[in-house]
Amino acid sequence: MSEKDTKRVKLPETDDGTILFNVPFPKDLKDLKGMAPIIIKQPYQIDYIHSYGQDSPFFAGLANGKLLGTRCAPCKYTYGTPRLHCMYCGGECDWVELPKEGNVHTFTVCHYGSEEFLKETPFVLILVEWPGVDTLFLTRLMGVDPLTPSLDWVGMKVRAQFKRLSKFKPTDVYFVPA
Amino acid sequence: MRPVYLVSGGVSKFAKARPDVTFQAMVKEAYDYALKDIGLEFRKAAEIVDGTVASYFSDHFMRQLKAGSMVQDYLGLCPKPTKRIEAGGATGGVAFQSGWETVASGRFDLCVVYGWETMSRVNTWKGNEFIALASDVSFDYPVGGFYSGYYAMMVVRHMKEFGTSVEQMALVSVKNHNNALHNPYAQKRMKIRIEDVRASEMVAWPLTMLDICVMSDGAAVAILASEEGLNKLEKATGRRPKPAKVTGVGGGIDAMRMADRPHAEVIRLPHEKPEDYKGLKYPGVHSFRAGRMASKTAYQMAGITNPLAELHFIELHDAYTSSEIQTYEDMGLCRYGEGGKFVEAGKPFMPNLDYGYRFSEQGTIPVNPSGGLIACGHPVGATGLMQAVFALWQLQESIGKHFGSEQLQVKNARRGAIHSHAGTGTYVVVSILEKGF
Repeated sequence: MSEKDTKRVKLPETDDGTILFNVPFPKDLKDLKGMAPIIIKQPYQIDYIHSYGQDSPFFAGLANGKLLGTRCAPCKYTYGTPRLHCMYCGGECDWVELPKEGNVHTFTVCHYGSEEFLKETPFVLILVEWPGVDTLFLTRLMGVDPLTPSLDWVGMKVRAQFKRLSKFKPTDVYFVPA
Repeated sequence: MRPVYLVSGGVSKFAKARPDVTFQAMVKEAYDYALKDIGLEFRKAAEIVDGTVASYFSDHFMRQLKAGSMVQDYLGLCPKPTKRIEAGGATGGVAFQSGWETVASGRFDLCVVYGWETMSRVNTWKGNEFIALASDVSFDYPVGGFYSGYYAMMVVRHMKEFGTSVEQMALVSVKNHNNALHNPYAQKRMKIRIEDVRASEMVAWPLTMLDICVMSDGAAVAILASEEGLNKLEKATGRRPKPAKVTGVGGGIDAMRMADRPHAEVIRLPHEKPEDYKGLKYPGVHSFRAGRMASKTAYQMAGITNPLAELHFIELHDAYTSSEIQTYEDMGLCRYGEGGKFVEAGKPFMPNLDYGYRFSEQGTIPVNPSGGLIACGHPVGATGLMQAVFALWQLQESIGKHFGSEQLQVKNARRGAIHSHAGTGTYVVVSILEKGF
């Protein structure tokens, strides 16, 4: 191992701290200004009651193997990620089924991520495009090697697959090379 | 609207973690510096300041609501009025403009804008989770919410569309880290090469650790005044401040979900022609429409028609090397698609520094002479205000005094721009500052 390689070798660290019941205290109060900061752990856990509201049919669609977008009834603008009201004319949109096959508009490979997704790294994110659909859709791409990314992935034909056990999350659908 | 002046500022030394102080005491470091620099005594300030704007992004990072009030009392500014501004990564820049509004409107003669963030209070990956909550939590966050990933997707499209290279992006990192060698306020100060950027750990392809700014603890303060406010300060301190005049403010916004952004026509600046962008679908995910809108409106107000010729320096929001390149284009320093070549030619580098590379046009317009977010750090609520303070010092030609070195002083700096940006370009503001004395 070279010196550069050994620099990267580290004992795993956790932030769970330790139990400490007391700290040294000086006789002279003037010495308190030299004291090191006391750092404690404050856990915080919440369960949100999140409603998908008017977007709910999208998630019902995923649970039934359908990928839904919306199309503005007055101006026909078509959304690859659904919204029930059009950004341009304010009109109400209708639900439409999107094609199962589209193309990669852009992508990345995440080697790090938010804490919640760290264990899933490296994972591939893509935005999918469809002809005739005006906006894109963010999803995961499976079935490619995340360690050999290439700009040539842009434009790749991809196909939607659905989870059998629905979690009612946008990851109930993901894409694979078609 | 009344003319508004930036009269003084202060910045705490940005650091990975400041466990030695609470956020209030950190803001006081920057506030005390700003007062001292114009010779204003603490009690006198409390007497003549009309009100404040508090700039901080995330309540999650501290698990403390109403933190702005706690800073207000620590600075001895109760019972003066205050309000809190939150605008993601652009919080500091928006707060600066909000302070401008209080003075321009005639409500305040003297307004203190203070900002901070204490991001070390959670671990880095929890911090990334908090930041990713600034994306749609129904459709975007659950797919693998990660801001570096979002920006990486944007630049991959930029690469595909325009041929931008990872080496061009790495040059931004070389420039900003190298500039910071002469800025004692910066968090990361180092001479690096393109190969070092590419060899550092991959975070979100093609962006590496050295393409991305770090999380920080830090605070910054900017004091704004009307002409009457300048008189009040002169009376209180016995000396006339050397201010910068705020001659333009602009802003823009875009759809939170990147997927929703249109593929339509470029918003053109006065010096651009329709044929410059034949066939280009805009903004898609390759460009920041909000950045273009912010630039256009700020330039309009300041009477700027050719930014490259009429600005002397820019402090812009380089959370990613890629977004600095994309921002050259939004700000009209070059056409859309030419940002990579712009940095490759050396145009945004300091004219006087040795970066270890030869450029054909080094120093046309120094961008991020301070080192930007990539080297200084990005304590969100403080960042945009830090830019304002560094811009003031450039226009006062007092960089030598504050940095202890003249290396980063832009010669004859009379007009500069500051640019603050949030969430994949969902919120961008640009302010124009000119020598005001």
